[in-house]
Amino acid sequence: MKLLELIVTNAIEPNLEATTRDEAIAVLVDQLITAKAVSADFRDDFIKAIIKREKRGSTGFGHGVAVPHVKHADIDTLVAAVGVSKDGIDFNALDGNPVHSIFLIISPEQKPEEHLEAMEAVFSNLSQDTFRRFLLQADTVEAVITLLEEADASTLGNN
Amino acid sequence: MTTNASAIVTIENRLGLHARPAMMFAETAMRFDSDITVQRSNQDSIVDGKSIMQLMMLAAVRGTELTLTANGPDAETALEELAELVNNRFNEDSVEGV
Repeated sequence: MKLLELIVTNAIEPNLEATTRDEAIAVLVDQLITAKAVSADFRDDFIKAIIKREKRGSTGFGHGVAVPHVKHADIDTLVAAVGVSKDGIDFNALDGNPVHSIFLIISPEQKPEEHLEAMEAVFSNLSQDTFRRFLLQADTVEAVITLLEEADASTLGNN
Repeated sequence: MTTNASAIVTIENRLGLHARPAMMFAETAMRFDSDITVQRSNQDSIVDGKSIMQLMMLAAVRGTELTLTANGPDAETALEELAELVNNRFNEDSVEGV
Protein backbone atom coordinates (compact mmCIF):
# COMPACT_ATOMS: atom_id res chain seq x y z
CA MET A 1 0.00 0.00 0.00
CA LYS A 2 1.24 3.49 -0.86
CA LEU A 3 1.21 6.32 1.65
CA LEU A 4 -0.92 8.51 -0.59
CA GLU A 5 -3.51 5.76 -0.83
CA LEU A 6 -4.15 6.05 2.87
CA ILE A 7 -3.24 9.60 3.79
CA VAL A 8 -5.97 12.14 3.06
CA THR A 9 -4.11 15.09 1.56
CA ASN A 10 -6.59 17.54 3.08
CA ALA A 11 -5.79 16.06 6.50
CA ILE A 12 -2.12 16.95 6.70
CA GLU A 13 -0.94 19.44 9.31
CA PRO A 14 2.78 20.22 9.05
CA ASN A 15 2.68 22.64 11.95
CA LEU A 16 0.63 20.93 14.61
CA GLU A 17 0.14 23.31 17.50
CA ALA A 18 -1.46 20.86 19.91
CA THR A 19 0.57 20.42 23.07
CA THR A 20 -1.00 17.26 24.48
CA ARG A 21 -1.64 13.80 23.11
CA ASP A 22 -5.42 14.05 23.44
CA GLU A 23 -5.51 17.46 21.82
CA ALA A 24 -3.38 16.23 18.90
CA ILE A 25 -5.69 13.26 18.40
CA ALA A 26 -8.76 15.53 18.36
CA VAL A 27 -7.14 17.91 15.85
CA LEU A 28 -6.26 15.07 13.48
CA VAL A 29 -9.71 13.47 13.71
CA ASP A 30 -11.26 16.87 13.03
CA GLN A 31 -9.07 17.24 9.95
CA LEU A 32 -10.40 13.97 8.59
CA ILE A 33 -13.95 15.18 9.26
CA THR A 34 -13.34 18.55 7.59
CA ALA A 35 -11.85 16.71 4.63
CA LYS A 36 -15.05 14.62 4.55
CA ALA A 37 -12.99 11.44 4.87
CA VAL A 38 -15.05 10.29 7.85
CA SER A 39 -18.47 11.18 9.16
CA ALA A 40 -18.78 13.82 11.85
CA ASP A 41 -21.36 11.57 13.52
CA PHE A 42 -18.59 9.41 14.92
CA ARG A 43 -16.24 12.19 15.98
CA ASP A 44 -16.48 11.62 19.71
CA ASP A 45 -16.51 7.84 19.23
CA PHE A 46 -13.27 7.95 17.27
CA ILE A 47 -11.52 10.27 19.69
CA LYS A 48 -12.61 8.29 22.73
CA ALA A 49 -11.60 4.95 21.22
CA ILE A 50 -8.22 6.23 20.03
CA ILE A 51 -7.40 7.69 23.45
CA LYS A 52 -8.56 4.50 25.14
CA ARG A 53 -6.24 2.53 22.85
CA GLU A 54 -3.33 4.82 23.76
CA LYS A 55 -4.01 4.31 27.44
CA ARG A 56 -3.77 0.56 27.02
CA GLY A 57 -0.34 0.95 25.49
CA SER A 58 1.25 3.91 23.76
CA THR A 59 1.62 3.75 19.98
CA GLY A 60 4.66 5.97 20.40
CA PHE A 61 7.06 3.20 19.41
CA GLY A 62 10.17 5.35 19.48
CA HIS A 63 12.09 7.63 17.10
CA GLY A 64 9.62 10.45 17.73
CA VAL A 65 6.84 8.62 15.95
CA ALA A 66 3.29 7.69 17.03
CA VAL A 67 0.49 5.90 15.19
CA PRO A 68 -2.71 6.40 17.19
CA HIS A 69 -5.47 4.34 15.61
CA VAL A 70 -8.91 2.84 15.87
CA LYS A 71 -10.71 0.09 14.03
CA HIS A 72 -14.35 1.03 13.60
CA ALA A 73 -17.27 -1.03 12.34
CA ASP A 74 -19.08 1.88 10.69
CA ILE A 75 -16.51 2.92 8.13
CA ASP A 76 -15.67 1.28 4.80
CA THR A 77 -12.42 2.90 3.77
CA LEU A 78 -9.18 3.19 5.67
CA VAL A 79 -8.06 6.80 6.09
CA ALA A 80 -5.10 8.47 7.76
CA ALA A 81 -4.20 11.97 8.87
CA VAL A 82 -0.69 13.29 9.42
CA GLY A 83 0.41 15.82 11.98
CA VAL A 84 3.91 17.09 12.56
CA SER A 85 4.78 18.83 15.79
CA LYS A 86 8.00 20.80 15.62
CA ASP A 87 8.15 21.09 19.42
CA GLY A 88 7.19 17.51 20.15
CA ILE A 89 4.31 16.10 22.20
CA ASP A 90 4.39 13.76 25.17
CA PHE A 91 2.79 10.55 23.92
CA ASN A 92 4.04 8.43 26.77
CA ALA A 93 6.31 6.89 24.13
CA LEU A 94 8.13 3.66 24.85
CA ASP A 95 11.49 5.39 24.73
CA GLY A 96 10.21 8.37 26.73
CA ASN A 97 11.01 10.85 23.97
CA PRO A 98 8.56 13.46 22.65
CA VAL A 99 6.68 12.60 19.48
CA HIS A 100 7.06 14.73 16.36
CA SER A 101 5.40 12.67 13.62
CA ILE A 102 1.86 11.46 14.17
CA PHE A 103 0.07 9.21 11.70
CA LEU A 104 -3.51 8.75 12.88
CA ILE A 105 -5.28 5.84 11.24
CA ILE A 106 -8.97 4.97 11.17
CA SER A 107 -9.68 1.62 9.58
CA PRO A 108 -12.67 -0.65 8.97
CA GLU A 109 -12.95 -3.22 11.74
CA GLN A 110 -13.90 -5.92 9.28
CA LYS A 111 -10.72 -5.53 7.21
CA PRO A 112 -7.78 -6.18 9.55
CA GLU A 113 -5.48 -6.86 6.58
CA GLU A 114 -5.86 -3.29 5.34
CA HIS A 115 -4.88 -2.00 8.73
CA LEU A 116 -1.70 -4.11 8.68
CA GLU A 117 -0.85 -3.00 5.14
CA ALA A 118 -1.25 0.63 6.18
CA MET A 119 1.00 0.10 9.19
CA GLU A 120 3.55 -1.53 6.92
CA ALA A 121 3.49 1.45 4.56
CA VAL A 122 3.81 3.89 7.44
CA PHE A 123 6.64 2.12 9.26
CA SER A 124 8.60 1.25 6.13
CA ASN A 125 9.07 4.99 5.83
CA LEU A 126 9.03 6.16 9.43
CA SER A 127 11.76 3.68 10.30
CA GLN A 128 14.06 5.63 7.99
CA ASP A 129 16.00 8.56 9.48
CA THR A 130 15.89 10.38 6.16
CA PHE A 131 12.11 10.27 5.92
CA ARG A 132 11.62 11.40 9.51
CA ARG A 133 14.08 14.26 9.07
CA PHE A 134 12.50 15.47 5.82
CA LEU A 135 9.04 15.25 7.35
CA LEU A 136 10.10 17.47 10.24
CA GLN A 137 11.59 19.97 7.82
CA ALA A 138 8.49 20.14 5.63
CA ASP A 139 6.79 23.43 6.43
CA THR A 140 3.85 23.30 4.07
CA VAL A 141 1.22 20.74 3.11
CA GLU A 142 2.66 20.77 -0.41
CA ALA A 143 6.12 19.92 0.92
CA VAL A 144 4.71 17.01 2.91
CA ILE A 145 2.81 15.72 -0.14
CA THR A 146 5.98 15.93 -2.24
CA LEU A 147 7.82 13.93 0.41
CA LEU A 148 5.05 11.32 0.47
CA GLU A 149 5.16 11.09 -3.32
CA GLU A 150 8.90 10.57 -3.24
CA ALA A 151 8.56 7.95 -0.52
CA ASP A 152 5.91 6.14 -2.55
CA ALA A 153 8.24 6.16 -5.53
CA SER A 154 11.01 4.92 -3.21
CA THR A 155 13.37 7.66 -4.22
CA LEU A 156 14.50 8.28 -0.65
CA GLY A 157 17.67 6.77 0.74
CA ASN A 158 17.39 3.68 2.86
CA ASN A 159 18.74 4.91 6.12
CA MET B 1 27.89 -20.78 24.77
CA THR B 2 26.28 -19.29 21.71
CA THR B 3 23.69 -21.33 19.95
CA ASN B 4 21.43 -20.94 16.98
CA ALA B 5 17.81 -21.90 16.94
CA SER B 6 14.99 -21.36 14.52
CA ALA B 7 11.32 -22.14 14.32
CA ILE B 8 8.53 -21.69 11.82
CA VAL B 9 5.25 -20.35 13.13
CA THR B 10 1.99 -19.26 11.57
CA ILE B 11 0.04 -16.19 12.64
CA GLU B 12 -3.39 -17.50 13.63
CA ASN B 13 -5.12 -14.64 15.42
CA ARG B 14 -7.80 -12.88 13.38
CA LEU B 15 -6.25 -9.43 13.44
CA GLY B 16 -2.75 -10.59 12.50
CA LEU B 17 0.46 -9.14 13.85
CA HIS B 18 -0.91 -5.69 14.67
CA ALA B 19 0.50 -3.22 17.16
CA ARG B 20 -0.35 -4.96 20.41
CA PRO B 21 0.97 -8.42 19.44
CA ALA B 22 4.02 -6.79 17.85
CA MET B 23 4.67 -5.06 21.16
CA MET B 24 4.23 -8.30 23.10
CA PHE B 25 6.59 -10.06 20.73
CA ALA B 26 9.26 -7.35 20.97
CA GLU B 27 8.95 -7.14 24.74
CA THR B 28 9.38 -10.89 25.07
CA ALA B 29 12.31 -10.87 22.64
CA MET B 30 14.00 -8.07 24.58
CA ARG B 31 14.12 -10.18 27.72
CA PHE B 32 16.73 -12.37 26.03
CA ASP B 33 20.36 -11.71 25.25
CA SER B 34 20.16 -13.53 21.93
CA ASP B 35 19.72 -11.66 18.68
CA ILE B 36 16.29 -12.44 17.31
CA THR B 37 15.18 -12.04 13.73
CA VAL B 38 11.88 -12.62 12.00
CA GLN B 39 11.36 -13.29 8.33
CA ARG B 40 8.26 -13.92 6.27
CA SER B 41 8.81 -17.37 4.85
CA ASN B 42 9.89 -17.21 1.20
CA GLN B 43 10.73 -13.52 1.40
CA ASP B 44 14.07 -11.80 1.58
CA SER B 45 13.63 -9.06 4.12
CA ILE B 46 14.59 -9.95 7.67
CA VAL B 47 13.51 -7.77 10.58
CA ASP B 48 14.73 -7.33 14.13
CA GLY B 49 12.43 -9.21 16.51
CA LYS B 50 13.12 -6.65 19.22
CA SER B 51 11.78 -3.71 17.16
CA ILE B 52 8.03 -3.10 17.12
CA MET B 53 8.37 -0.86 14.08
CA GLN B 54 10.22 -3.49 12.12
CA LEU B 55 7.77 -6.20 13.14
CA MET B 56 4.94 -4.01 11.86
CA MET B 57 6.73 -3.84 8.52
CA LEU B 58 6.04 -7.55 8.06
CA ALA B 59 2.32 -6.84 7.55
CA ALA B 60 1.75 -10.37 8.82
CA VAL B 61 -1.95 -11.05 8.36
CA ARG B 62 -3.62 -14.18 9.63
CA GLY B 63 -2.15 -17.19 7.86
CA THR B 64 1.29 -15.66 7.36
CA GLU B 65 4.14 -18.07 7.99
CA LEU B 66 7.12 -16.60 9.81
CA THR B 67 10.58 -17.96 10.40
CA LEU B 68 11.95 -16.99 13.82
CA THR B 69 15.66 -17.22 14.39
CA ALA B 70 17.63 -16.68 17.59
CA ASN B 71 21.35 -16.50 17.95
CA GLY B 72 22.96 -16.23 21.38
CA PRO B 73 23.35 -17.81 24.81
CA ASP B 74 19.61 -18.21 25.43
CA ALA B 75 18.52 -18.87 21.86
CA GLU B 76 16.51 -21.99 22.52
CA THR B 77 14.52 -20.66 25.47
CA ALA B 78 13.86 -17.45 23.59
CA LEU B 79 12.44 -19.30 20.62
CA GLU B 80 10.30 -21.54 22.78
CA GLU B 81 8.69 -18.54 24.46
CA LEU B 82 8.23 -16.58 21.24
CA ALA B 83 6.74 -19.52 19.39
CA GLU B 84 4.37 -20.13 22.29
CA LEU B 85 3.28 -16.50 22.21
CA VAL B 86 2.42 -16.73 18.51
CA ASN B 87 0.81 -20.14 18.82
CA ASN B 88 -1.34 -18.88 21.69
CA ARG B 89 -2.60 -16.17 19.32
CA PHE B 90 -1.14 -13.51 21.59
CA ASN B 91 -4.00 -14.30 23.96
CA GLU B 92 -6.41 -12.70 21.50
CA ASP B 93 -9.58 -13.90 19.81
CA SER B 94 -11.10 -14.47 23.23
CA VAL B 95 -10.81 -10.84 24.20
CA GLU B 96 -11.54 -7.56 22.49
CA GLY B 97 -8.78 -6.95 19.96
CA VAL B 98 -7.99 -3.37 19.10
